[in-house]
Amino acid sequence: MRRNRKRSGKNKMRFSTRNIFFTLIGICCISMFVSLTFNINGGPLKNVADYVFGPMQRGLNQIGQVLTNRKDELKNLSKVVAENERLHKQIDELTTENSTLKLKQYELENLQKLYELDQKYPSYKKTGARVIAKDAGNWFDSFVIDKGSKDGIEVDMNVIAGSGLVGRVTAVGRHSATVTSIINDTCNFSGMMISTSDYCIIRGNLMTMNQDQVIPFDTLKDPKDKVTEGEQVVTSNISDKYLEGILVGYVTTIKTDSNNLTKSGTITPVVDFEHLEEVLVIMEKKEYN
Amino acid sequence: MLRKVVEIGLCIICFVLQITVFKSLEIGSVSPNLLVILVAAIGFMNGKREGIFIGFISGLFVDLYFPQVLGLYALLYMLIGYFNGCFRKEFFPDDVKLPMIMIALSDFVLNIVIYVLLFLFRGDLKIGYYVVNIMVPELVYTLVVSILLYLIILKINQRLESYEKRRASKFG
Repeated sequence: MRRNRKRSGKNKMRFSTRNIFFTLIGICCISMFVSLTFNINGGPLKNVADYVFGPMQRGLNQIGQVLTNRKDELKNLSKVVAENERLHKQIDELTTENSTLKLKQYELENLQKLYELDQKYPSYKKTGARVIAKDAGNWFDSFVIDKGSKDGIEVDMNVIAGSGLVGRVTAVGRHSATVTSIINDTCNFSGMMISTSDYCIIRGNLMTMNQDQVIPFDTLKDPKDKVTEGEQVVTSNISDKYLEGILVGYVTTIKTDSNNLTKSGTITPVVDFEHLEEVLVIMEKKEYN
Repeated sequence: MLRKVVEIGLCIICFVLQITVFKSLEIGSVSPNLLVILVAAIGFMNGKREGIFIGFISGLFVDLYFPQVLGLYALLYMLIGYFNGCFRKEFFPDDVKLPMIMIALSDFVLNIVIYVLLFLFRGDLKIGYYVVNIMVPELVYTLVVSILLYLIILKINQRLESYEKRRASKFG
């Protein structure tokens, strides 16, 4: 170190390239260490970045969406014509079916009231947000939404789209927040089969998601073989980050593991992660005492 | 000073384009990496010092917005800038071969390192799949984009150089 300084002094350069290089490497290593040990990411620096990128992202993302729409339009035009005819026929069938279902729905609601089932899944307070940017690389699946700490968003709040779970907030700036989705390769969480209330571990997976649009689950205990394909999977009550009872997806394949005790398989998420435009952030966090 | 401002400006533009417009144009869920093009190009055009600087800045942007481990991408991009800076002497503006090779190499090495640090260390051994389905497509897509982007960066760099020369002759 000292020799370096001497040499750079001779050259009349106070900061030689090498010194800058090693200082910055040091800074990076320290910040990596700090963020790994204390689980901090960004903090005030993120707010600064927010002011710079926020407005640009919003504008440019709209351009991007227009481009995607054009791309999709061209791809789909021929399909749509054929589909239109088929759908017209289907409408007639469905209208009749719908009326019967409405009657059944009415009956169900009455019964639910009797059982006070709606107590089990309380309606959480939500706020809508637009997706304004996606992950910089191709390895992970996270995205940026246009609401931040100013709107009351906090880290670990759950994010849903439609009726399905999308992920949770992992970093918050003043006007934006980063959401890590459940299909992210580093994401594992506890899920629950809706009919049997058996727990399983759901794991985000880059490969299966790219190939078949599914994510794997494992360590499901199902001794009576009650879980079948098409079973609904929701977030479980023992998950420490996700609120209970949010729909994740449907079981697509299931098989018994070689240990003959547990089962594993794949789940098709209900959310279309490719075309996320608007999401809902649940303004409550899972609290434990 | 002007150079630094322009470089940061380029960084911001590339980063924002990468996470918005180019994400909508992704092919097979793969999108190009503009920041690697920028860092590598600035690196071998202007040397290690500028390479480190711009690498650190663009890595920091990625870290702040998409946190895996804060500082990891800053370090990786900085190293890319540094090693590309080592090839400054081999660089001639008319020759497109070296830049293309350097950009391709940088992108590939970056992805390999990310795989090793963030996937292999978690026990994920499917490197073959990742090479075929993520690294190589990204490399090809990045190269296609880099043909255009590289020329833009080159033009901006030449403008900056002539500006600096004029300034130097004024004061010298």
